[in-house]
Amino acid sequence: MKRRDFLVGSAVGAAALAAPSLVRAQAPLRMGLITTLTGPGGYLGADIRDAMLLAIEQGNGRLGGIAVQPVVEDDALRPGQGKTIAERMLRTDGIRLFTGIVFSNVLGAVAPDVLDGGGIYVSPNAGPSNFAGRECHRNFFAVAWQNDALHESAGRSATELGYNRAFILSPNYQAGQDALNGFKRMFRGTIVGEQFTRLDQTDYAAEMAAIRAANPDVVFQFHPGGLGIAFIRQYQQAGLLGRIPMVVAAPSMDHTIMNSVGDAALGVNLTTHWNVDFENPGSQAFVAAFRAKYNRTPTFYAGQAWDTALAIGAALRQTNGNVTDTNAFRTAMLRADFQSIRGPFRFGPNQFPVQDWWSAQVVRNAAGQLEIKTGRKILENHSDSYAASCRI
Amino acid sequence: MTVFVLEQLLNGLQLGVTLFLLAAGLTLIFGIMGIINLAHGSLYMIGAYAAALVARETGSWLLAVPAGLLAAGAAGMLIEMVIMRRLYDRDHLDQVLATYGLILFCNELVTLLVGRQPMFVGIPPGLAGAIELIPGVPYSIYRLSIIGFGLALAVGLYLLIQKTRLGMLIRAGATNRDTVRALGVDIRLLYTLVFGLGALLAGFAGIMMGPLLSVQVGMGEQILIMTFVVVVVGGVGSIRGAFFGAIIVGIVDTMLRGFMPGWMRGIISDTAQADALSAGLSSMGVYLLMALVLLFRPQGLFPART
Repeated sequence: MKRRDFLVGSAVGAAALAAPSLVRAQAPLRMGLITTLTGPGGYLGADIRDAMLLAIEQGNGRLGGIAVQPVVEDDALRPGQGKTIAERMLRTDGIRLFTGIVFSNVLGAVAPDVLDGGGIYVSPNAGPSNFAGRECHRNFFAVAWQNDALHESAGRSATELGYNRAFILSPNYQAGQDALNGFKRMFRGTIVGEQFTRLDQTDYAAEMAAIRAANPDVVFQFHPGGLGIAFIRQYQQAGLLGRIPMVVAAPSMDHTIMNSVGDAALGVNLTTHWNVDFENPGSQAFVAAFRAKYNRTPTFYAGQAWDTALAIGAALRQTNGNVTDTNAFRTAMLRADFQSIRGPFRFGPNQFPVQDWWSAQVVRNAAGQLEIKTGRKILENHSDSYAASCRI
Repeated sequence: MTVFVLEQLLNGLQLGVTLFLLAAGLTLIFGIMGIINLAHGSLYMIGAYAAALVARETGSWLLAVPAGLLAAGAAGMLIEMVIMRRLYDRDHLDQVLATYGLILFCNELVTLLVGRQPMFVGIPPGLAGAIELIPGVPYSIYRLSIIGFGLALAVGLYLLIQKTRLGMLIRAGATNRDTVRALGVDIRLLYTLVFGLGALLAGFAGIMMGPLLSVQVGMGEQILIMTFVVVVVGGVGSIRGAFFGAIIVGIVDTMLRGFMPGWMRGIISDTAQADALSAGLSSMGVYLLMALVLLFRPQGLFPART
C-alpha cells in the first residue's frame, strides 16, 4: 500500500510539474454527474442531465460565477456500476462534488463512498429515509424531497378525496418501501391490499388480478419512469381503468408517462411540489428555456435538477468555488440563497427540503391535449418524519 | 377466490408460452450445436424493436410482424455465419464470453440507432379490449391471443421436428453430429437454419411482448435469466422439456406473486415484514424450483430422449 501511495503521489507530482500553472488556475471545477440514462428509467436521468447542462450553459459554463465542468456517467440503474464510477471519479479524477442520481438504491451504494471520501453529494431526486434520519450526513443535501414526504402528500390527497379502501403497490427497493410507508402515514382509510413488485418487472398481470379481487375504492402505486408507463397501460388493458380511480405522487405520472399512455392518464389524481404551470417567473423562464433548447416539456425531474444546479451555484458563489472546505460549503448551501422554481424553499435540520405540496390532476385542455393541472395546496412547509432523529 | 385463481392461471399460461418461444430456440441451439447463446435475449430485443419501429412508422401490424420476424431471423443467421461458426469447437467459456460481448454490442448498437428512450407501441386495433371469458373478470384479448399464438407455434414446432425431413435432420444432429456429417448432410447449412429458427422464435416473442411491456434496450436480459431457468427445469436440449418447463415456470412465478402476500399475512402478523418477506420469496420461487430440480432430477423434468 505504501509503495502504491508513493507511486500515485509521484505520478501526480510529475503531472503537476509538467502542467503549466496557468492552466491549473483556470481549470474548471469538475462535478460528477452520475445518473441513470439507460433502461426504463433512462428518460429520468436524461431530464436531470439536460436541465443541469442548460443551467450551466445559461451561465456561460459557470454556476454561481464559477466555471464548472460536468462529468456525466450512466449508472444503468445498477448500484454496483454507480459505485465503480463514483470510486473512479473520487480516486482517479479527484472529483469532490457529486450529483445526478435518480434511484435510491443506486444512491445507497454511491453516497457512503462519496461522503467517506470527503466529497459532497447534492441529490436532485432520490431522498431515501436512511439518509434523512439517524444516518443523516453533514455533506449530504437533498434538493428534491424526502421520499416519504412525497407520498405522504398522496396519502393526504386520497383521504381528502374521500377514499376509504386503498390498494397500494410499489417496487421492492428503498424508495418503494418509503413510498408505501409515506402513503400509509397520512392515509386515514384502511389498506385492503399491499403488494411489492420487482424493480426490473414490466409485466403486472398478477398484480392487476390481485387488485381486481380486492376491489378497492382507490389504487395508489409508485412506479417511476417506464415502469409506470407499463403499469398504467396494463391497468387500462385489464379493464380496471374507469372502474377504480388512481391517486399517485408525481413520479408515477410525469409528462412523459402522460404522453405515452395517452387517454389512460385522464382523470388521474396526483400530488407534486412543482409543475410546469407554476406561475412564478423563475419557473416560467425555466420551462420556456427548456422547451426552446430540447423541444420537449420538462418533467419535474428536470425541474428538480434545475433547482439543484441553482443551489450548487449559490453555494459555489459564496465559497468562491472551494469544495474542499466542506464546512464553509455547508454553511453556504444551507442558506439556500436561490430562487427555487417551486416557490418557498428551505433546508430542514436534516438538510432535506421544507416545502409545499400541491394536488394536481390530468385534464384535457381547451386545445384538446392532455395536461397536468395544478390544484390546491395540500401540505404547507412540509418537512419529513425523520428530521427529528437527525443529529448533525 | 376461484375466479382469482383462474385469472392468475391465464396470466401464468401467457408468461409460460412467451418463455417457451425463447426457451425453444435456446435449447435447440444448445442441443444441436452445443452453444450457450447468451445473446438470445438480444434477438428478442431486435424483433421487438423492428416491429415497434415499423408499427410506429406505418401504423400497420400486418407489416410490423413480418418486419420483426425478418429482422430477428436475419440477425440470427448473420450472427451464426459471422461469429458462431468460429466457436463450435471452442469450450463453453469462450462461447459465453463471445455471446456476452454480443449482448453489449447489440445494446449499444440499438442505443445508437434508436436512442435510449423506451418505445411504447399500442395493441393492434383488432386485439384491443377485454372479454369476459370468466364471468366478472374482463380479460385482455391481446393476452389471450398471445396464449393462442404461442400454443399454435408449439404445435407447429412439434410437427416440424417430428414429421418433416428438416426435423429429422435436426433430431439426428442433436443425437450425433458427426454421423450426420459423415452421411453427407451439409451440417453448416443445417446449423445456420437452426440458429435462424431459434432467432425467429425469440423475435416473435419480442414482437408479441412489445405492446404489453415497453420496448427498451436491455429488455432481453430481463427475460433471458428466466429462460435459462426454464431450460434447466425442462431438461437441456429437449423441446418438450422447454414447453412444459416454460408453462411450469410461468405459472409458478405468477401464482407466487399473486398469492404469496396473502399467505404470508396469514402466517406473520406484522404486515410490513410479511410483505417484505413475500416479495422476496415470490421473486425467489422459480430459482428455488430450479435448485430443487437440479438436486433431485439433474437431467431436468423432461430430458431429451437419447
